[in-house]
Amino acid sequence: MSVVDLYRTMRTIRRFEERVVDLVNANEIAGVTHEYVGQEAVAVGVCAALHADDVITSTHRGHGHLIAKGADLGRMFAELLGRVDGLNRGRGGSMHVADLALGIYGANGIVAAGAPFAAGAAWSFSVDGSGRVAVTFFGDGGVNQGVLHEAMNLAALWTLPLVFVCENNGYAVTLPQERSTAGSVVDRAAAYGMAAEQVDGMDVEAVLDAATRAVERARAGGGPTFLECRTYRFFGHHTAERTMKLSYRTDDEIERWRERDPVATSGARLDPDVRAAIDTELESLLDAAIAFARQSPRPDPADALEFVYASGALPRRGVAR
Amino acid sequence: MSAIRYLPAMGKALRDEMAADPTVFVVGEDVRASLRGVTKGLFEEFGPERVLDMPISEQMFTGFATGAALAGRRCVVEYQIPSLLYLAFEQIANQAQKLRLMTGGQAAVPVVYLVPGSGARLGLAAQHSDHPYSLFAHAGVKTVLPSTPADAYGLMVSAIRDDDPVLYLAPAAVLPVRGELPERPEAVPIGSARIHREGTDVTVVAAGHLVHEALAVADELADEVSVEVFDPRTLYPFDWELLAASLARTRRLVAFDDANRTCGLAAEVVATAAEELPLVARPRRVTRADAPIAFAVELERAVLPSREQLAAAVRAAASEGGS
Repeated sequence: MSVVDLYRTMRTIRRFEERVVDLVNANEIAGVTHEYVGQEAVAVGVCAALHADDVITSTHRGHGHLIAKGADLGRMFAELLGRVDGLNRGRGGSMHVADLALGIYGANGIVAAGAPFAAGAAWSFSVDGSGRVAVTFFGDGGVNQGVLHEAMNLAALWTLPLVFVCENNGYAVTLPQERSTAGSVVDRAAAYGMAAEQVDGMDVEAVLDAATRAVERARAGGGPTFLECRTYRFFGHHTAERTMKLSYRTDDEIERWRERDPVATSGARLDPDVRAAIDTELESLLDAAIAFARQSPRPDPADALEFVYASGALPRRGVAR
Repeated sequence: MSAIRYLPAMGKALRDEMAADPTVFVVGEDVRASLRGVTKGLFEEFGPERVLDMPISEQMFTGFATGAALAGRRCVVEYQIPSLLYLAFEQIANQAQKLRLMTGGQAAVPVVYLVPGSGARLGLAAQHSDHPYSLFAHAGVKTVLPSTPADAYGLMVSAIRDDDPVLYLAPAAVLPVRGELPERPEAVPIGSARIHREGTDVTVVAAGHLVHEALAVADELADEVSVEVFDPRTLYPFDWELLAASLARTRRLVAFDDANRTCGLAAEVVATAAEELPLVARPRRVTRADAPIAFAVELERAVLPSREQLAAAVRAAASEGGS
């Protein structure tokens, strides 16, 4: 993927997320969303190393992963607005948005819960001999979940084509890494005999290089890799945080990381005219995507019990027949 | 027709489905060696890509099955003891079960969670003796609890072919039961109950091993009370239509349940009958106490529902509401 394309995708995520915040603040999006702003280089660098038929599992902070893997912006906005043309027909929302046809096994509301999905898919691909690869994204909070370690053990033991991508943004919600995590994150992989790298997660080309090595190793039958991408989220844990006046991070710290803004850094490497043209084009794409979402119908409450069972069975209602 | 025990009938169904569908595979602890007996011979027949011994990581291998299902396979996950389901509960109830809805119909998760030897097994004490089916029914997970070898076979086939997650509990107390299995046994649809014995006075709802206990009590009381024994076979979705038909005849209900009393299956059966069906006697429940199983066998038996308690409840129900 060219530097222009890398920039375009990162900028798309950035502006998508900024528009999401506006839509949440305008009460067009219900609940809360977890913005990916600041971490764009990780999703974009990793997904640029993947083939269309490779799969990813995402996190509660999933919009960036979906966009980087190619999800349609209009159907994503429609999902966040809870509309029938959403990727999940309005049944998932921000925290569960998925596109299985694109190999996106979904954002997930439980930290690191997608890791074993990736292990199962990676095993399936290895049995098929298809050369496909699975990637599981999780944060620095996720490295303290047992299920992640169970999946790391199996992936190393069975030489699975799986890439573990830790997006270390320094905070498990409000808990800083030094108060949540003993020892080094990246060194944990060594205990499983797994290849591991620490990567500058604010530099998309560095992430792409490391991800390419990891994905090639997986495809060639060399087993899993653990990438610790050091990054930062510029916004709160979720959109509601701005109203809470929390003080777990200092303005100085946020400002220091903003100086390394991956979208700005990447954009500065482009010809200013090329960059301006991309930026302008993206705004109209996002306008169109939001317009598509807004015109999509809201789900019919009469359909609330649909899509629970693949067999078509309906769950029991809450009142007697 | 030939006589077969419950456990090998279950194993035969698994073997037949693996032979018929190359996407079906088994994971679990000690499944190659077949510590629980269901997977006996499967490793030799189907090899290491279809029979996978897992490290002791129940949460992981439950989610592993989900991932393999999303990638197009059908997985049977064996848990050696029922309480391992607690470790996997997040991955079953909060992930696999909800994926269909959360993805707006994109995902199908054809996974069977199999517990060969659920419930109490005399002397296995508090952490190996639970029968947690009500928890899963509460979460809307398709849950089957077969009582005979033919149902063990037929429900295993249906569970594997089903595109949704299915919890399959085979009570320890029923594993040695013998029964007939036809040359070409049939699938038993999920959600269909069976009346084992017809009666006119009292309907006893019992599942799994308790079906056999209920049949014994029905025999014992035959001179006094005509007992109908209703086996739901599937606990969720429950066959309310067949129960309504049974209660339309007997109009008296006793729910006999190996789960804890509070919020258990019996509570749901009684509540639904009280709300929607024409009873002439107060419905009764005979259940486990709300207590863990203590080690000493006298204490274990004291907590489990018994034939004596069922007989008393049936007599009490029969004494109300005229004839």
